[in-house]
Parts: sequence; structure tokens; C-alpha cells
Amino acid sequence: MSGDIHPSTPGAPPAADGALECRLRKRLGSFDLDVALTVPGRGVTALFGESGSGKTSLLRLVAGLDRPDAGHVRLGERLLTEVASRTQVPPHKRHLGVVFQEARLFPHYRVRGNLTYGMPRAARPQFDDLVALLGIGHLLERLPGTLSGGEARRVAIGRALLTQPRLLLLDEPLTGLDGERKRELLHYLVRLTREIDLPVLYVSHDTAEIAAIADHLALIEQGRLTAHGQLDALMMRLDLTERLGGFDAATRLGARVVDHDPAYALTRVVLDDGQTLRIPALEHPPGTPVRLRVGVRDVALAHAMPEGTSYRNGLAVVIDAIEPSTQEPSANEVRLTIGRQQLRARLTRQACDEMQLVVGKPMVALIRSVAFDSRF
Amino acid sequence: MFEAIALSDAEWQAITLSLKIAGSAVGWILVPGVAVAWLLARHDFRGKSLLDGLLHLPLVLPPVVVGYLLLLSLGRHGWLGQWLYQGFGLSLPFTWQGAAIAGGVMAFPLLVRAVRLSLEAVDPKLEAAAGTLGANRWRVMFTITLPLAVPGLLTGTVLAFARALSEFGATITFASNIPGETRTLPLALYTLIQTPGREAAAARLCVLSIVIAMLSLMASEWLARRARKRLEERDR
Repeated sequence: MSGDIHPSTPGAPPAADGALECRLRKRLGSFDLDVALTVPGRGVTALFGESGSGKTSLLRLVAGLDRPDAGHVRLGERLLTEVASRTQVPPHKRHLGVVFQEARLFPHYRVRGNLTYGMPRAARPQFDDLVALLGIGHLLERLPGTLSGGEARRVAIGRALLTQPRLLLLDEPLTGLDGERKRELLHYLVRLTREIDLPVLYVSHDTAEIAAIADHLALIEQGRLTAHGQLDALMMRLDLTERLGGFDAATRLGARVVDHDPAYALTRVVLDDGQTLRIPALEHPPGTPVRLRVGVRDVALAHAMPEGTSYRNGLAVVIDAIEPSTQEPSANEVRLTIGRQQLRARLTRQACDEMQLVVGKPMVALIRSVAFDSRF
Repeated sequence: MFEAIALSDAEWQAITLSLKIAGSAVGWILVPGVAVAWLLARHDFRGKSLLDGLLHLPLVLPPVVVGYLLLLSLGRHGWLGQWLYQGFGLSLPFTWQGAAIAGGVMAFPLLVRAVRLSLEAVDPKLEAAAGTLGANRWRVMFTITLPLAVPGLLTGTVLAFARALSEFGATITFASNIPGETRTLPLALYTLIQTPGREAAAARLCVLSIVIAMLSLMASEWLARRARKRLEERDR
């Protein structure tokens, strides 16, 4: 049941060409925020942690809304904050797009006025495209007070993007929206981050949200970064299960659309090693890269593809690691290799023992087609 | 019958003079009043409560004391008055400009109070958001803070105008009671009350004062409602 599909951003390079690089320390009530963070020049970097872990404080320091006790913030070549040299570029000169938790639209400007508030002349040609991309064309002459929560957030995102920022900061943009609105806005965000060539720092405490949108992840706990890197790789780390999803932990697989079966509303996708999967129909044309989300509880193992089964997908895999689950005393977390990608499964220890599963053993991973959720 | 209702020259003079003086009083305190209100609403500094207290003095002091202090400082021999007279040939006591100063000083705390309250009601988060959109401090002030504080600005202005219009004690002390120069409505009324046999004329001025006060209250209410409408419900 947990398993999401959504279009992928092309493989983003790791931290080498950082858009943002910061080393910050600040006293926050009961603990110190002390982090060194690099936001890669492409893709979405999720800043992930529980509420009160220091995520929003870090974002405010980057945006220049607060001053750190020590450290620096560098955007590309430009130094925005440096405590040692008393450098503190004011927020309005930072060229960062900031979208706050609340939309913070100006109540006395119409939607159009809000969108154009910080728009330089050079951004004018983008206006129509962005408005269409965010689906807010019919709202332009409305006042913010008459917008729904999701509409207001979309306008706030458009307003920030039209300032032509070097980096977009999103502070839990889905907070406070109900399920349907949340899904809708997430859909817009995923589309947006795919279409714009702009690094994004995305603050969130929701794993499903992050799995849908992020390329990189910075895990923050009690003001410290405890993990930092490619999200796909971090999701493979069995020791982070507790943090990244817990009971609903999942794996992401990169794939490419092959063809569609309209009669059964199924789509065939191919993994990088040539193996194919059948998933609920996608709208994307053949050749489109997609990202598949597979829940660890939706993957079963067999020695060979069973006959007469309802499982539509059987992938040849090799066992890479087996560890007792921290989530469930009856289960093991199993890591599998498929070509250059990896997949996780949560299996009962009993099954592991009876099947004599050991590292290095080739197996068939069974995944039900309906485990994929194609609503994104 | 109509002649009985029509205003006499002296009455007209008192009314126009009152409006001119009260208008000038509000005119000169508007910008410093908004500036001080903004300082108090948006900044913390040493001596803030002292400044706040000083500002409120005219509200609690007997107006005569304020008038006397003005005379001491702005009179020809006062420290500021001397400089004004010798440097620019300006003399404020016993002139309508002096009356406008007295009215302005008395109205200042009311203006600051109303504007400060409305500025404090403007969400600083909106100002921060405007900053992240590239607006500098001045643009934020003129496009976000002040427009959102317009209802309070209007209220403060009308309050200050009404206070300056009704000013008596500080005016008579500082600017005296000169017909055609500083004899505003309240002073004219006072003069009539002091004169035996002019009770009917005094009553007429009394009614006039009430009419003017009512008109300005209604005008302020109308303006504030219009401003609020423009802010909140411009949508069709």
C-alpha cells in the first residue's frame, strides 16, 4: 500500500558544485544548532528532522532573517554571512526565494500584485509560464483573503520564484493542508522542481513528502546533522530506518517508461539492468524517466519465480545485507542489489531462517503491481 | 428667521480660524508623529519608556502648564524662541502659528498612540516576507507597513484634529486670545461666557462646536470604513 511513483529529476550530481555552503552555530534555547551543510547546485535537498530540531532556525539563518553566533553562509562565490568579518548581507540583497510555512501574502495586493512585488523586469517573460505551471491563472485578480490554503501557498511559491532567486528555500510548504490539498500541492511542487533549473532547500518532517520530491537529504537532530547525502543511498542505510520512515520505510528505484497496456491500465517500466516492472498506468510517454517508491513491507523473496501467482513483478536480485529490524522484533531488514540499484525488504526472521537467506545469495524479489501508487 | 440662523462675521472668523489652526497643527505633527510611533512600535532602544512617558505628558499635565512651558521655551526670551527670533525673525507667541504649535503639542500623544497601535497590529512576518522579495526597508515601509496601518493613521489624524480644535488652556497661555489671530471657537465661547448678556451667542457657538465635532467624527468613520473596504474586500 505504501509505494509512490512520480517523475524523477535527472541524476543530480553530489555536493561537489555546491550552490550553498554554510557552517553555522547558534544557541537555540536548550541546545546548540551546529551544522555544516552543502546544498548541491541541482535538485532538491531536503532538510529533514522532527519539529524543534532546528530546521527552520537553520533556514532563517541562511535567509539572513537571524544572525548566527559563529560561522558563515556562502552562496556560490558570494559570502552572505561571516561572523568573523562581521559580514551580514541583509535579506533583500541575498537573491534567495523564501516560501514560509504560512503563505504570508500581502492582504492589500491582489494575487497579481503579490506575484509581481519582487519581480525584476527580466522575469516578465516567465510570468505566464509560471502562472500556468502553478495553476493560478484564474486567481490573478483575487485578493489573498479569498484563497484556499493550497492556492495561497502556490501564489507564495510563484511570488518567490519570480524574484529570479539563486536558491529556493521552502519551509514545510505542505504543513496545515488537508490530505487532498496536500497531495495537490505536492504534485505542483514535484512538477515545478522538475521544470525549473534551480536548487531547492526543502524543510520537512514528513518522509513520504521527501521521498516524493527530494534528491538529497540532510538529516538534522537536536541541532546536529546526523546524515547528509543522496537520498537514495541514505534510504538504503539500515541504521537510518528508524529516522527515515520507520514502519513505512521505503526504497526508491529509478526506471524508464517502456510502453502502456491500456486494456489493463498498466505501464511497463525498465530498470537500468534491463529488468522490467509492471505498475499502474502512468501518463508519461515511453522513454520518460520515473522514480518508483516501494515500501519495504511490499517486497517478498522467493528462490525462484513461483508459478500461478498474482505477483506481477519478479526481479532477479542478490542479497547484500541482513540485519535485525529495529522496528519490529519479528523481522529482519534485508538489502538487495539489482544491477547498480538497491532495494529493501522487511521479512520475518522465521522466513529468513527457513529459507536460509545469506548475504550473496541470488533471489527473486516479488512486488505486487498495486503496491505502487501512481497518484503523483 | 434666516438671519437669525446665519452666522455672523465673528462666528465665521472663529470657525475658519479654528479649522486653519487645527489643520496646521495636524499638518506639522503628522510626519514626526508617524516617525515616533514607528520607532516605538518597531524598535527597542534605551530610554524607550522615558520617551514614551514624555510623549504622554501633554495628556496628563494641565494644559496651562504646557502652554507656560511653551512660552518659556518658545517665547522671545526662551532658549529656542531667542534663536528663532534672532536667526529667522520668527516670533511664535500671540500668533496663529503659535496656536497651531500649542494645538499640535497637545494632540501629539493622541496621534502617536493611535498610529503606534495600528503599526503594532501589522504582522512583522509580512515585512520580513517583503524583505526576502528584495524590498529594502523604505519600500517595505511604504508598500506594506503604512498601507496596512491606514485605518489607524486616519483615526489618529481625526483624533488629533479634534484635540487641536478643542484646545483651550495651552493656546490661551501661549498664544493669548486675540480676535482674528488666535481666538478660536473655544476661546470665542469663553469670551462670550465672560461677557454679561451674551448667553444666546454663547449657546450658538456651543451648538456650532457640537456640529463640527459630529461632522469630523462622521467623516473619520466614513474614511476608515472606506479604507478598510479597500484593504479587505476589494474583491468582487
